[in-house]
Amino acid sequence: MAVLSVSQALNMALREEMGRDDRVFMIGEDIKDSTYGVTRGLWDEFGPKRVIGTPISEIAIAGAVLGAASVGMRPVAEFMYMTFMMCAMDQVVNQAAKSKYMFGGKAVLPIVYRTMAGAGRANAAQHTQSLEAWFAHVPGLKIVMPSTAYDAKGLLKTSIRDDNPVIFIENKVQYATTKDEVPDTDYTVPFGVASVRRTGKDVTIIGLQRMVEIALEAADHLAEEGIEAEVIDPRTIVPLDLDTIIKSVKKTHRVVIVHEAHERVGFGAELVAQIVQHAFDYLDAPPARVANPNVPTPFNRILENLSIPSAAQVAQAVRGLMR
Amino acid sequence: MVTVSPSQHSVASGSGAASPSLDRHGLSDSQLIDMYRTMLRIRRFEDRVKELFLEARLYGSVHLYIGEEGVATGACSALRAGDVISSTHRGHGHCIAMGLELAPMMAELMGKATGYNHGKGGSMHIASLDHGMLGANGIVGAGIPISTGAALGFWVTGRPNVALCFFGDGAANEGAFHEGINFAAGLKLPVVFICENNGYAQFQSVQQDTPIPDIATRSISYGIPGVIVEGSDILAMFGAVRTAVDRARAGEGPTLIEAKTYRFEGHFLGDPEPYRTREEVAHARATRDPLKVFSAQLQELGVATTDDLARIDRQVRDEVERSVEFGEASPEPSEDILLTDIYTGADSHGRTL
Repeated sequence: MAVLSVSQALNMALREEMGRDDRVFMIGEDIKDSTYGVTRGLWDEFGPKRVIGTPISEIAIAGAVLGAASVGMRPVAEFMYMTFMMCAMDQVVNQAAKSKYMFGGKAVLPIVYRTMAGAGRANAAQHTQSLEAWFAHVPGLKIVMPSTAYDAKGLLKTSIRDDNPVIFIENKVQYATTKDEVPDTDYTVPFGVASVRRTGKDVTIIGLQRMVEIALEAADHLAEEGIEAEVIDPRTIVPLDLDTIIKSVKKTHRVVIVHEAHERVGFGAELVAQIVQHAFDYLDAPPARVANPNVPTPFNRILENLSIPSAAQVAQAVRGLMR
Repeated sequence: MVTVSPSQHSVASGSGAASPSLDRHGLSDSQLIDMYRTMLRIRRFEDRVKELFLEARLYGSVHLYIGEEGVATGACSALRAGDVISSTHRGHGHCIAMGLELAPMMAELMGKATGYNHGKGGSMHIASLDHGMLGANGIVGAGIPISTGAALGFWVTGRPNVALCFFGDGAANEGAFHEGINFAAGLKLPVVFICENNGYAQFQSVQQDTPIPDIATRSISYGIPGVIVEGSDILAMFGAVRTAVDRARAGEGPTLIEAKTYRFEGHFLGDPEPYRTREEVAHARATRDPLKVFSAQLQELGVATTDDLARIDRQVRDEVERSVEFGEASPEPSEDILLTDIYTGADSHGRTL
């Protein structure tokens, strides 16, 4: 089995799904030449009517996929940076997310909005945001956040086959640096099924996307101190596999949540609320969050690194719960 | 009808009194009568909606199309099976012109279970994909990228259909207008953009909002034809849209048609209309009523007599009354549907069923 990067795995998923279903097409800015390599080679293979480069017009992209889905297509839109989606929020939030419900159930809207979040490439504040909580707040959207190349492929295929608008979030650092075994077979990864990436009995660490790697690194350090952490990757936050999380917390009695989004009203707040509601009596310590401080992401490398959770911070948060 | 060309940066406004043409564009007597009936169905439906609203038998936000019937009817008469439209918050006329039935429309306005949207949408969100009606829309300008996307779907698959996009003069100042038309023009997508310039964006006049006399002039920026039509002249409207639709279907790309029209009623039901005079409205009703214009044309063409038209009016009034009875007799939606149809194939949490 080949070891692939996340961007290679995503590329494989797109190629397979476009080959499998003529209704699937891609649309976005610079996707022919592919800034981060995800769509590389697909224009040559499928041509300009299946890989459609657009003007720098996020409203047009976001609305066009909705219109195309309305007439039976299964489009995949790319927003190069998640921050650019802010230019298209009406089409995503007021239109795509709500149409099915508003129309009394008639619309079937298989749309994938691919986008890229996370910090770590010195892109500064307007190209560095993790806004999954914004979209998770809106009924009608599904939110997918893979943390491995294997999951990236399987979840993207599931997203393309899903009959709903899906926000598919990719992490800009993981494109090249996260590599694992990816079969070239036609497999999918289901929505709403968390992955237990490491088992442990002392504390549950829930990480989103690249923060799963940080959580695993922290777990290694903690193991040297005799603390066995269980690391959970929800993989999709809408739908959320709450059962796996609650089961783990009932076993470990402690939980730390790690994400790259700002702490205030981040998805960690929802997770804390759900855990407190469903496992209050099992908790031996208050749930803890390790998240970006409530600050725009700075440009300077040192400052940017300070604004992202580190394994040391996660380990420290766990130690705080063990006392 | 005035065509805007890149060399003609200022175009005489087509607004004011209608000067109807008598070109029937090859339409048969029965097609012309159908068009009259459609306009009348819009007018009588909305007359009744207004009464019901004032009697508190309807609620919510209701935006009437009265005075603009010639635009939707003329435009949609140029479509074929499989073509689609996107609509606006002022969408009843577009729905009826696309063949939606009055009874489930009235039921939807009443929020009833038998409405097109089972009471979940109301006046501003009626949609019927089976009729090619992709949805009324509560957000100004939002239909422009959406109908462009439907045209994109036709373009990708080679399906010989066209999307018609209705929007108002207010929408022409939204970013979605620029992005949608520019993108559609670049790929020569089969979409026709119809700006219903009714003179007012909510409470503000188009003269205050827009620094050029004719929105159709903006077509020059996108390298597509721009056409100005008097919206109360349904035959002119039909002719302009059919030309644009044929062009789109032939792969030659979009057209921007500006229909100069006038909204006889307020922005919404209950609008105190502080922004215009009664005299202005009365003048428009006297000179630019598309029903009066078409009624005279049909008689002049020898297609219908006043008796014929009166008989159609009675039939339409009966149909509207039946829609009211249907709506009022229909049940409220079951409380069970509050949390259904948020997703396809998943529960309200998005969990796969």
